[in-house]
Amino acid sequence: MSWIRDIADPRNRRWEEFYRNRWQHDKVVRSTHGVNCTGGCSWMVHVKDGIITWELQATDYPPLAGDLPPYEPRGCQRGISTSWYVYSPIRVKYPYVRGALMDLWRKARAKHDDPVAAWTSLMEDGESRRAYQRARGKGGFRRASWEEVLEIIAASAIHTVKRHGADRIIGFSPIPAMSMLSYAGGSRFLQLLGGVNLSFYDWYSDLPPASPEVWGEQTDVAESADWYNSKYIVVMGANLGMTRTPDVHFAAEARHNGTKLVVLSPDFSMVSKYADWWIPANAGQDGAFWMAVNHVILREFFAEKRTPYFEDYLKRYSDAPFLVVVDSRGEAGSGGPVADSKRLLRARCLNRYRDVENADWKFLVWDDTTGGPRMPLGSVGFRWQEEKGKWNLGMKDGLDGKEISPRLSMLGVHDDVLPLEVADFSENRTFARGVPVKYVETDGGKVAVATVFDLIMAQFGVSRGLPGEYPERYEDEAIPYTPAWQEKFTGIEAKTVLQFAREFASTAEKTEGRCSIIIGAGVNHWYHNNLMYRAGIVGLILCGCVGKNGGGLNHYVGQEKLVPMAPWGTLAFALDWGKPPRLQNTPSFHYVHSCQWRYERGFDEYNSPLTAGAGNGDGRFTRGHTMDLQAKAVRMGWLPFYPQFNENPLDIVREAEEAGAKGDGEIVRRVTERLKEGSLRFAVEDPDAPENWPRLWIIWRGNALMSSAKGHEYFLRHYLGTHHNMVSEEIAEGSTSEVSWREPAPEGKLDLVVDINFRMDTSALYSDIVLPTATWYEKNDLNSTDLHSYIHPLSAAVPPCWESKSDWDIFKAIAEKVSNLAPAHFPGKVRDIVAVPLLHDTPAELAQPVVKDWKAGECDLVPGKTMPNLVVVERDYANLYRRFLSFGPLARKDGIGVHGLSWPIEDLYDELAQRRPTAEWNGRAYPSVEEAVDAANLILHLAPETNGESAYRAFKAEEKKVGLPLADLAEGVREVRYTFEELARQPRRLLTTPCWTGITNKGRAYSAYCLNVERLVPWRTLTGRQHLYLDHEGYIAFGEHLPTYKPIPDPRSMGDISRSRPEGKSVLLNYLTPHGKWHIHSTFFDNERMLTLSRGIEPLWMNDRDAADAGIADNDWVELYNDHGVVVTRAAVSARLPRKMCMLYHSPERTISVPRSPLRGNRRAGGHNSLTRTRLKPVLMMGGYAQFTYGFNYWGPTGVNRDTFVYVRKLPGAPAW
Amino acid sequence: MDVRAQVSMVFHLDKCIGCHTCSVSCKNVWTDRRGAEYMWWNNVESRPGTGYPTLWEDQEKYRGGWEKRGEKLELRLQGRLGSFANLFFNPYLPTLDDYYEPWTYRYADLFAAPPGDDQPTARPISQITGKPIDIEAGPNWDDDLGGSAIYAAGDPSLGKLSEEERSQIFALERIFCFYLPRICNHCLNPSCIASCPAGAIYKRGEDGIVLVSQEKCRAWRMCISGCPYKKVYYNWESGKSEKCILCYPRVETGQAPACFHSCVGRIRYQGVLLYDAGRIEEAANAPAERLVAAQREVILDPSEATVVAAARRSGVPDAMIDAARKSPVYRFVKEFRIALPLHPEFRTVPMLFYVPPLLPVVAFAENGRKRLAGDFFSSLESARVPVRYLASLLSAGNETVVTEVLTRIMAVRIHRKAKTVGEEVPGEAERALSRAGISSREAEEIYRLTSLSAYEDRFEIPPAARERAIESFEDPYAAKGETGTGFLRRGKGGKGR
Repeated sequence: MSWIRDIADPRNRRWEEFYRNRWQHDKVVRSTHGVNCTGGCSWMVHVKDGIITWELQATDYPPLAGDLPPYEPRGCQRGISTSWYVYSPIRVKYPYVRGALMDLWRKARAKHDDPVAAWTSLMEDGESRRAYQRARGKGGFRRASWEEVLEIIAASAIHTVKRHGADRIIGFSPIPAMSMLSYAGGSRFLQLLGGVNLSFYDWYSDLPPASPEVWGEQTDVAESADWYNSKYIVVMGANLGMTRTPDVHFAAEARHNGTKLVVLSPDFSMVSKYADWWIPANAGQDGAFWMAVNHVILREFFAEKRTPYFEDYLKRYSDAPFLVVVDSRGEAGSGGPVADSKRLLRARCLNRYRDVENADWKFLVWDDTTGGPRMPLGSVGFRWQEEKGKWNLGMKDGLDGKEISPRLSMLGVHDDVLPLEVADFSENRTFARGVPVKYVETDGGKVAVATVFDLIMAQFGVSRGLPGEYPERYEDEAIPYTPAWQEKFTGIEAKTVLQFAREFASTAEKTEGRCSIIIGAGVNHWYHNNLMYRAGIVGLILCGCVGKNGGGLNHYVGQEKLVPMAPWGTLAFALDWGKPPRLQNTPSFHYVHSCQWRYERGFDEYNSPLTAGAGNGDGRFTRGHTMDLQAKAVRMGWLPFYPQFNENPLDIVREAEEAGAKGDGEIVRRVTERLKEGSLRFAVEDPDAPENWPRLWIIWRGNALMSSAKGHEYFLRHYLGTHHNMVSEEIAEGSTSEVSWREPAPEGKLDLVVDINFRMDTSALYSDIVLPTATWYEKNDLNSTDLHSYIHPLSAAVPPCWESKSDWDIFKAIAEKVSNLAPAHFPGKVRDIVAVPLLHDTPAELAQPVVKDWKAGECDLVPGKTMPNLVVVERDYANLYRRFLSFGPLARKDGIGVHGLSWPIEDLYDELAQRRPTAEWNGRAYPSVEEAVDAANLILHLAPETNGESAYRAFKAEEKKVGLPLADLAEGVREVRYTFEELARQPRRLLTTPCWTGITNKGRAYSAYCLNVERLVPWRTLTGRQHLYLDHEGYIAFGEHLPTYKPIPDPRSMGDISRSRPEGKSVLLNYLTPHGKWHIHSTFFDNERMLTLSRGIEPLWMNDRDAADAGIADNDWVELYNDHGVVVTRAAVSARLPRKMCMLYHSPERTISVPRSPLRGNRRAGGHNSLTRTRLKPVLMMGGYAQFTYGFNYWGPTGVNRDTFVYVRKLPGAPAW
Repeated sequence: MDVRAQVSMVFHLDKCIGCHTCSVSCKNVWTDRRGAEYMWWNNVESRPGTGYPTLWEDQEKYRGGWEKRGEKLELRLQGRLGSFANLFFNPYLPTLDDYYEPWTYRYADLFAAPPGDDQPTARPISQITGKPIDIEAGPNWDDDLGGSAIYAAGDPSLGKLSEEERSQIFALERIFCFYLPRICNHCLNPSCIASCPAGAIYKRGEDGIVLVSQEKCRAWRMCISGCPYKKVYYNWESGKSEKCILCYPRVETGQAPACFHSCVGRIRYQGVLLYDAGRIEEAANAPAERLVAAQREVILDPSEATVVAAARRSGVPDAMIDAARKSPVYRFVKEFRIALPLHPEFRTVPMLFYVPPLLPVVAFAENGRKRLAGDFFSSLESARVPVRYLASLLSAGNETVVTEVLTRIMAVRIHRKAKTVGEEVPGEAERALSRAGISSREAEEIYRLTSLSAYEDRFEIPPAARERAIESFEDPYAAKGETGTGFLRRGKGGKGR
C-alpha cells in the first residue's frame, strides 16, 4: 500500500520522548494491600518525585513444582486502584474531632487540669453527653492536633477503666492476616489495658461453622494452585471471577488440562460464564441439591456396588464405623452420657474399657477380627490424657494395641433391625426406617448400636432391602432425599443431579479423591449454612476427597490465615506480659449490646416445630429466646461475654481482698460464691443497665459501623444515639426469662467512638474522632493468606503522608499518653479478674460430657468446668507503654504455640535480644518492638513457618503427642531463616509445620488435611476423625446430628416486614448482598476508578420482569425498604438474574451519592446493612464439648444475613439530595 | 517479499475474567490527566453489549475502516465528507455522550459539611463542568449484562442471529456473556493513518506500533472517525489526539505493556510476527469469507530460510527474526490456528488476535425445572454462545473458521482429560483430535501454552537496540550523561534531546 508510511528513522520521531518521560520513575518498592480480600498479592509501587504514581504486580513468586501454573501476576482491578487513594480528596490527612464534642471538651478541660477529670465531668453531664452523641454523623468535623486527640482518647480510656472497668473498652479490627502488625498494634494496646478485642470472622458470617463441626478446624483450605490438581471442581456460593480474581486463572488452566468445572449459582454470574456446567439452582438450595447427590452416591457406589477406595477411606478417616446407641431399651442406670439414645457409645460403658483414662471421651467401632466393640486410638480422650503418644489415627485398640478391622455396616452380622426415626424438616414429618443393629452389653444393660454409616444410609434413604419408609426409586419425589425430591427446592431436574453425582463420584474413584468444592459467602451467609456445607462435605468424605491434593472443601470467604500464628498471637494479644486476653465473639456482642434482641421473640418462630416436640429433652434447647440461650451460654462457659459482670473487675478483686481473700484462688472462690448467691451478676443478664454498657470503641482497619454492621440502623440508635431509619417494634418483653427488661431502650451507649482510617468512610463519618492512618504504601507490615503459600511485606514507598501515622505508631502514641496520665489514677500495679470461656484446644474440651446448668441447680459452680474460668491478672498502667515496646518475659518462659501445641523458644528469644534492638527499663533488656519492622523480624525469627529450627521443634513437640514420626518433614529446612529485608527483595514460600495441615515440601501445592491423611495426625474432633455424625445433646435436639435439609425460614417469621407494607407497585424480593466486583467490602467502593468502571453507584440488580412489574426501568432510582431501614439507589435491570431475588453487592457506603428517602421522612437513606438484622443460630452457641468448644473466630454463632426480604419500589420523583 | 516485523498480540478470551485490571493499569500510567479522563486506551466490554464508545462497531453510524468499492478499497469516511470544507464538520465523529461524561464526587463535603440535622453525602459532579451530574453512561456501563434488555440486545453483532436465536438469549437457559478486552490493534492497514490530513500518524518501522505524533497532530480528528475500533481519542485539554502506544517505553526496555503485565487472568500473549508488506492490500481486499485465511497468509514462517533471507534483505535485524521464531503469537495464529482477528471485515488487517471463549452448556426448561445438556464438557453443539455470533465478531461471518477453532480447543481438553483421569468412552480422545485435525503433540503444546506458560513464555519482547536509535541523532555516551535533564537543555533552542 503506497500510502502507508512506516517511519523507521528515529530522528523523525523525537517527540516520542513525551511518553518515555511519563514512564520514568525514581524508585520501585514492594508492598501490598492490607484489605480484607485474602488475595495477598505482592505489588511493586512506583514513586516519582516523591509521589506514588502507580503500581504494577510483582511477578517473582518462587515457583512451585513444575507441573503447576505459576502464581504471577497476582492483583486485581481494586488493588491496582490503590494509588488513587493516596492523594485523593477522600484521604484523611489530619486528625478530626466533631465540633460538638470539641467545644464541650475544651470547656471541661479549661475547668480541669487533669484530662481524666475533665472527661469524667463531661460524662457526668448527661445533657452534654447526649448533645454530641446526637450530632454523630451529621457534619461539623474540625481539624485537631495529635496532642489534643490523644489526650481525649487516653483520658476516656483511664476514666472507663476506673469508673466502669477495662472490659467496657472495645476494639474492632478484622482479619489480621492481611496486615498483621497493624492489627497487632491495636490488640496489644487493648490487651495490656484489659480491653476487649471483638472477633470478625464469625461476625462477617465468613466462619463456616461446618468446618469446626466436621473437622474441629476453624478453616483450612487448599491454596489456589491446588485447584489445578483437581479434576472435577464444583463452585457454589462463590463467584470466583469476582472475589478470587487473582486466582481464577488456575480454574481456567485446569479446564484446559481436562478438568470439568461445575457452577451452582442462581444467576448467570462471572464464574457461571467460566463453567462447563452452570446449574442455575434456586438461591439457598445448594443443600437440597447435595443431599440428593449423596443419595445417589450412597446408592450407586456403596449399596448397588462397592467401591474399595471409598470404603477404605471412610474406615480410616471418618467416624463412619463408630458406634451409636440406637436404643438403650429403657434400661436403668444409664444416667450420664453413657448409653443415651442417639449418642456415641462411650468406652466407659464396656467392662473392658471401664477404667481407662477419659473413658467418657473414647469411642468404639465394631471389630471384625474379634467380633466385638473395640476402642481405636485418636479420640479426644487420648488427646488430653496423661499418657502421651496415643493420639493418632492408627486403627489399633487403645488397650492392647492390636490391629482393629472396623466394620462400616452391621448389615450381614446384625442382631436385629430397628426403626430409626428420620426427620424431614421440609415437610415437618418423620419417617421410620429400618437400621441394622448389634446388641452390646454395657454397664447399664444391653443396648442396640448401629454404625454411623448405617445411620447415614437410613438418613439419606438408601434401603439396601431393609424395611421401613424408604423411597423406592429416584423418581419418588415425595420422600427425601431422592433426585426427584430436590426438584421442588432447586428447580433442577433429577436427571441433571443424577449425571452430576455419577460424574463426581466416578472421577473421585478414578483419581483417588481429586474432586473439590469451592464454596463461599453465597452459601455461608444463610441461616442454615452449616447444614448446606455439611451436605457438600458429606459428598467429599464419601468419595475420599478430603486431605488429597486436588480434593476437599475450599471455603474462600474472609478466611483467616495468618500463617505465623504462634509468635504473632503472643505479640498481638500481649501474652508476653499476661494472660488470658479478653476476646469476644462479636455476633453475640452486637446482638446483645445494640439491643437487637429486643426486636424479636423466640427462635422457635423460625426453627422447625419438629424440633420443639417430644423426644428432644422437653425443648430445653429448642424453645425459647435467643437472648436467654445467650445468657445461659455465658454462665455455662460456652461463650465469652464482656463486660463480664455488673461491677468493675478491679472493684471485684478489691472487694474480695477486703472480704479477706488471700491469693488468686481465694479471690476466685469469693467471686464464684457471689455469683452463686446472686450478689454479683453476669452483665449479659442485664445488658441495658448503664453499668453494663460498652463505653469506648476504637475501630481500625475496618468499617464496623457500616460494612459489617448487621443491623446498622440499630447501631445508630442504641450505640451512637443519633438519627436512624428503622421502624421495627420492640417485642421481646415477656418472652425472655433470663435477662432484665429495661424501658426505655438505651440510646447512645457509647461515650466515645474513635476511628482510625485513611479514608472518610461511613464509620469515620459517624465517629467522634478520626485519626489519619498511613495507607498500605506508607508503612511496613507482613501479609499472608491461604490463597497462596508465600509470606511477603507491606513496605513504605513514601513516609506516611500529611499527618498520618501507621497503625502501629498510632497505638504506640495512645499507649504513651495513657501511661503519662496513669500515675495520678493508678500509681502502682492493680489486679483485674478475667472471665474466659471454656476454650478450644485445651482440656476444657472435656468439660461437659452432659449439659448441666448450675443456675438450675443441676451441678455446682466450678470455674473452667461448669462455668467460665476466672483468672486474676495484674495490670501496670504506668508502664503500659514500656510493656508495649518490649517483648515480655512470659514469652521466653512459656514458649509459643497454637492449637494446643507449644514448644520452647528461650534460645531464639535470647538471639533476638542479642542481635536485634532492645528496650531497656527497670534494669532489664527485652527484644524491642518499638518499630513495626522489629516486630516483623521478631515474628519471622520465631515462627515455625519462617524459621526452620522452630518448625523442627514444633514437629518434635507434635511427635510426642501423636506418637508417630513427623519431624522428617522439617529436617531439610532447619537452617532456613527469613527476615523482613529478605521478603522485601522477594516473597518466600512458607515451611511445612504442624500448626497447619498441608504438606508443601518440594514445591507441592498446599491442600488441607494432607498431614492428617498421610501422617495419621488426628483431626481435633471428638473421635479424631472427620465427623459425619455430630454427637451433642443440642444437635440431637435440633435434629442436626445427622446431615439434613432445613428450608429457608419464612420472611414473616424473621420480622423483616412486620410493619412494612407494599407501596404502590412494589415487589417483595429476597435481598442478597454478595461480594461485588468494584470493591473489597467497602474499600475501593468510593474510589473514582472503580465507580467509573461500574455505574457511579452500587446499583440494585434485579430481574427484568420483576422490574417491569414494579414499573422500574434500567438506571431508575429505586427505594428498597423493610422494618430495619431503607436504601435508595439505582436499578441495574438484567436478564442474568432470576426472579424473586435482588442483589445489592456488599458493601456500598452511605457517604457516596446517597439521596434522601421519601418513605422515611426525607432523611438520608442508608447502606446495605440498613436492611439487615442479627439472628444467632442456637446450635452454634453450644460449648465445652470437644470440637464444640469456644475459640476466638473459631466457634460460635455467625452473623448470617441472607434470609432477608425487602420491598422494592421506584423512587417517586427526582432524588432529593 | 517485503518482510517486516510487527509486535503482535493474542488475547485468550476463554481465560478472560472481565476484571478490568488491564484498564486501570493503563489509566494509571497514561490517561490519568485532564483532557484524558474519559479515555480508556484499554477497555473491556461485556458481550453481547454495545461497548465503548457506544455502538462503536456500527459503521453506518461512525463510518470507520475500509470498504470495498468494486475492486478498490476505500475509506468509508472518504467521499462521505465531500469537500475539504466539510473537514471542519464531521457528522460521524462520536460525541462525549457516545463515550460518557467523566465524573467525580464532592468528596470534600464529607470533611467540610457544617453541623446539620442529617448526614452529608458526596454528590456526583462532572469532571468537565464541576456541576452536579446525573450519571447515565460510563466506559463499562453494560458490565456483566447490566441493563441487558437495552444494551445487550442492541449489540450490532446480534443482528446476524435468527429471530429465534435472538429471542432465546435473554432466558436463563440460553443467556450468555463473555468479555472482550480491547486495545489498539496496531493494524497492518490502519485507516487512522490513511484518514489523517496532517500526516501525524505513523507505523514504526522496527515494530509496527502505530503512534499519533503529539508534535504533528493538528486536531483534525479524522483518525477518530477513521478508526473502526474507536481506539483514537481526542484530548480536549491538549487539543491532540492520543491512543494506545503499546507501552513502547516498556517494550523498548524489554517489558510487556502495562495491560499485558497486569493481566491477572493470564490471557495475554505478545510476540513478533513477520509479514509480507507486499501482500497487505491483497489481504485487506479479500472476499469476506476469505479474510481470515488471507490474513494468515500474510504472516510468514520465521523458520523458513527464504523468509529469513528476505527479512535480512528488508533490514529486519537478526534479533527480531529470533524473537519471531519464539513468538507465542505466531504459534496461536499460524501453527495452532486458534486465534482470530476482531472484525476483519473492517479490512484494517488488525494485529491483535483472539482465542474465542467456550461457554457453559445450554439448559432446557420444562414444568419449571431446568435440565442441562448432557455433554461432559461444554461442546460445540450445546455451548451457550452461538457460533454465528462469534463469527460475526471474529471471522467476518465465516462460521467454518470459528467451528474449526472451537473444535481444536475442545479436543485439547478431551485429550488432557483422557491423560489425567481417563475416558468416558474408549477412543474419544483420539477421535476428538482427528476431528480437530491436530496431533497429540500439538494438543500438548496448545495445552502447555494455554495453561502452564510463565511470564517469559507469554511475552517474547524483541531487543530494541535503543543505543543505535539514539546514535542517529546523539552520541549514546552523551545520552548516558544527559538523559533526563531535558528541560534546561531544551530551553536553549531545542537542540538537546
